[in-house]
Parts: sequence; C-alpha cells; structure tokens
Amino acid sequence: MKAPKVKQPKPKGRGVYNVIGLLVALVIGFPVYWMVNTALKPSKYAIAPSPKFLPFPLSTENFHRALQVSDFWGPVTRSLIIAGSTVAIGLVVGLLAALAISRFAFRGRKVVIVGILTVQMVPLVAMIIPVFLMLNDLKQYDKLTGIILTYLTFVLPFTIWTLRGFIVNIPKELEESAMVDGCTRTGAFVRVVFPLLAPGMVATAIYGFIQAWNEYLYALQLLSQHNTTATVWLGNFTTTRGTDYSGMMAGSTMMAVPVVIFFLLVQRRIASGLTAGAVKG
Amino acid sequence: MSAETSTAKVPPKRPSSAPAGEAPARAAGLPRGKRFSGMAVPWLLLAPTMLVLAVVLGYPLVRLATLSFQKFGQSQLWGFQPTEWVGFQNFTAVLGDSTFWAVVVRTILFAGGAVVFTMVLGMLIAMLLMRVSGWVKTLINIALVASWAMPIVVAVTVFKWMFDTDYGVVNWLFSQIPGVDFSRHNWFTSSTQGFTIIMALVVWGAVPFVAITLHAGLTQVPKELEEAARMDGAGAFKVFRYVTLPVLKPIIVMLATLSVIWDMGVFPQVFLMRSGHPEPEYQLLTTYSYDKAFVVNDYSMGSAIALLTVLLLLGVIAVYMRQMLKIGEVE
Repeated sequence: MKAPKVKQPKPKGRGVYNVIGLLVALVIGFPVYWMVNTALKPSKYAIAPSPKFLPFPLSTENFHRALQVSDFWGPVTRSLIIAGSTVAIGLVVGLLAALAISRFAFRGRKVVIVGILTVQMVPLVAMIIPVFLMLNDLKQYDKLTGIILTYLTFVLPFTIWTLRGFIVNIPKELEESAMVDGCTRTGAFVRVVFPLLAPGMVATAIYGFIQAWNEYLYALQLLSQHNTTATVWLGNFTTTRGTDYSGMMAGSTMMAVPVVIFFLLVQRRIASGLTAGAVKG
Repeated sequence: MSAETSTAKVPPKRPSSAPAGEAPARAAGLPRGKRFSGMAVPWLLLAPTMLVLAVVLGYPLVRLATLSFQKFGQSQLWGFQPTEWVGFQNFTAVLGDSTFWAVVVRTILFAGGAVVFTMVLGMLIAMLLMRVSGWVKTLINIALVASWAMPIVVAVTVFKWMFDTDYGVVNWLFSQIPGVDFSRHNWFTSSTQGFTIIMALVVWGAVPFVAITLHAGLTQVPKELEEAARMDGAGAFKVFRYVTLPVLKPIIVMLATLSVIWDMGVFPQVFLMRSGHPEPEYQLLTTYSYDKAFVVNDYSMGSAIALLTVLLLLGVIAVYMRQMLKIGEVE
C-alpha cells in the first residue's frame, strides 16, 4: 500500500488481501457452519473419530429429536409472547421519548439524554438480585408480566436511542413546511414524519425483539423450569449422562436461523440509526 | 443543560446542523402563546419512559444499594426474620476476602484482554474490508453478520461442541499437525486454556459489530486528507496514526467503552461453558455475585459485589460520557 503514483490503479497486493480476506471469512464463519453441519448430518457421524465436513447424507432426525426434548413449543411460544410484548410497550413509550429529545428544545434535555445513555450501560447482571427480590415482593416471580417488565430495562433505552437517530435524520424543514401549510404540530408529525419513520420503527422493533428473544440470565433466574423461554430450553440437551450435541445443534439452528434472517434484514438500517451523527460530529 | 435551550426569545448561537434548532424555528413561525405551552410537551412525552425506568431500573438500583448494607438471606426472603441493617459489614467482608480480589483481577484481565483483541482484530478486519475485492468483501460481511446475529446461548453451545474433549473438531484439527496429539484433550482442566476459549468466544461474538462499525467509519475518512499526508511523505503507518485514527476517535471511544461494559458483564459465556457451576478458578465478578446470591443465598453479599462492579464501571462510563458530550453526539 505504498503511495500509489497512478490515479486509479488496481491496488498492488489485492490478491494477497483477497487470500487473507477469504481466510478471515472462513475462520469467522466456521462456528456457524459447524452448527448447521452437525445439525444436518445423522448423529452417528457427529461422534465419529474424524469429523465429516459436509453434511451428507442429509438427515432431519436431529431436528425431530430436538423437538421432542421436553417441551419445545411451550418455551418458544413464551419467548414470542415475552419478546413481542416487550417490544410493543418499548416502541410506544420509546417513540414518545425519542420525539421529546430529538424535536424539542427544553431545559434539562441534556440531562435526560445522558441519563438514557447511562442507563443503557448498567450491566444487567448487577440488577438481577434486586429485580428478583422486587418481583418476589410484587408476586410477579415466575410470571410473564414480571419478566416483560424487566426486559424493558434494556429494550427501552435502546429503542429510544435508535429511534432518536432515525428522527434526527428526517429534516425538520419537512415538518415546518407542513405546519406553514396549516398542519398542526401533531398533524405534521402524523402525516409527514411518521411515514418516513415507519421503516426505522420496524427495524428497531425487530432488533429489540431479537435482543429480548436472546436474553438468558433473567429468563433463567426469574422463571421456573416449566415456565421458561427458548434460550433456557436449549440447556435441556445436557443431562448427567452427557450432552446430545447433534440434538443441541439442531435446537441451536432452529433458534438461530430466524434470528439471523431477521438480523440480516435490519442490520444495515440499525447501524445507520445508531451511528447517526457519530462521524459527522 | 444551560440556558441556551430554555427560552425561545433569542435564537441561540449554535451550528445550524444541530438537531435541536427548535427554538429559532418556533420563535419565527408560531404565535407567542404556543411557545410556553410547548414547554410542557416534551416532559409529557418523557413521562411514560421516566415512569418505566424508575420502576425497572431506579427502584432496583436503590434496592441494590440498600441491600448491600443489610443482612438479607433466605430467612429474610421468606419473611421469617426481619431485615437487619449491618452498616459496612458486607463490604468489609467482601473487600477483606482474598478470593474477591483474585476475582477482580481475573475479571479485569479477562475483560481487558477481550477488549484489546476485539478492537485490534475489528480494526484489522475493517481495514482489510477496504482493500479486498467486492466478492471477498461480501463473503466476509456475510460471515460477520451471521456470527454477530448468533444468540449468545447458541454461540456458547456451538463453541462447547467445537472444543469437546472427545469429538470436538478443534482437537481433531490440531491433531492433524504432524507430531501433535490433541485427541481427548480437555481444554477446561486448565483455567488458562479454558479462559482462552471463553475469550475466543467473546471476541468472536464482539468483533463483527466493531469491524462493521469501524468499516463504516473508515469509508467516511476524507480521501483527500490521506492523499495529502502521503504526498507529504507519510508512510502507511503514519497516515493511519495521524490521519485515520484522529478522525475515527469518537467511534473508537464509543466502541471501546461499550466493549468494556459488555465484557465486564460476561455471564452466560462462563456460566454455560461450565455447565452452570463455574469452578472457583472460573469465577468472574458477575458469576461470583450470582453465586453468592443464588447458590449460597446471601443476597446482600451478592449485592455488595454487584454494587462494587457497577462502581468500577462508572469510571468507564464517565470517560465515555465526557467524550460524547465533547463531540456533540448528545446535541
């Protein structure tokens, strides 16, 4: 990469970089590949002395077995309910707050923003003891409502901050000209900003959903075994007699694939929402 | 926080790009009365958030603090015994325990190592992304996003499987090197090796976010600046050190801070890797606090440890906040 003299050269050493790049992709992608590979091949090949790198012959036996490990659909349904409700509440409450900090100038605004950012950083693990005791006092231990409430701890600040990024990117002039044309402030928001914000809201919702879906510690501690979520369910493959890795990889694949797909859909948008203004300073 | 945002009378002096340029617009376009009723609106909008956060975060935080000055165990939980204030007893017990300090040191070393590896690898990959051909870039991006999106619990189980003593693919892979025999090698009998695996897992999960964000940042570094530096005779390293790094500094600070906070909070990675019962030499601050609270049922001791962890992190958060305020991100 030494000072290229020509204007638009094919950079020297691109071939070398490409090889390194392929290796990097291979190393980073391997765990994901290994999970899918193990899930798809018959379990007897998973415990062979030398590993099979291609999932042939294809088999669905592991998935069938995974579905039978205790109750599969129960935890999945609960995860869906919990994540869905958390996101719904977070989105409504968060949108209002995001509007306040991105569209209004008011005394104390900076304090609010710093507060929201700080809140985002309190480690969840540190909160688990008082949250457990609080839910215990409120008779919400082992209840879905209780856990939905606690999930707002991390979904809400994230939602506010991302939505703020999206709102900031919508030019104020659009609202102002609508107001000049006779719209009220609320009217301008509903007719002009809201439609532009909708894709951002969908992305934020999906991302928040993924976070809530993936949460482990609170689900482990605040719900009992028969009331648990999908992440905790995954632990069921380990028994005192050992671990059924093929079944576990099938279970993992079922949990991860929808997440990865959703994530691929919204990742770019979320990144731009989160970093809005970070580079421009 | 200052008066600049409080009234609409004088348009405050600020860069026109600032998103909070609300005041001048209102002063120009709206009748007088509306301005004042408008002051209540933002707080009304914020009220639900404040309420929720007070319940799910404020109250537990206060409870965490009070708990750590109390004696609160199983019998207090069931209400057999009243809660008792014990002053700094929990803290003196924790701080006087050499196990605790060993855990602190281990946690800092672990988190520090993970952050450094994450940042360096993330930066290298981001720079690599700038130099490879389009199709290689796409492949790397797919790998990055796929591993980023993996739920932590899933990632832990996959790593457990890859490093399995009997049928792990990694043991097999190492054994292919002539003269090396890794068959039936248990990576977790030595906590150094065990933590290497856990760190690899944490870094693997964290690098994509860092690499993709830094790559986005790199594309924004003005080409002219780099070229000018090169014209002046700067080598690749100097260009990076004196042009690229300063431009990326805000992003780097943000990423590093977030990484510190996330890596100090590593829990499922250790907890699940050790099948729910981390051995003493595998305890980090998070699992240690969890153990004290939910295994030994000493909630106040667990709280004291958790509170000390939070205090430790506050320092990091303060640095981050200062930086954020300085670069105007919160404008």
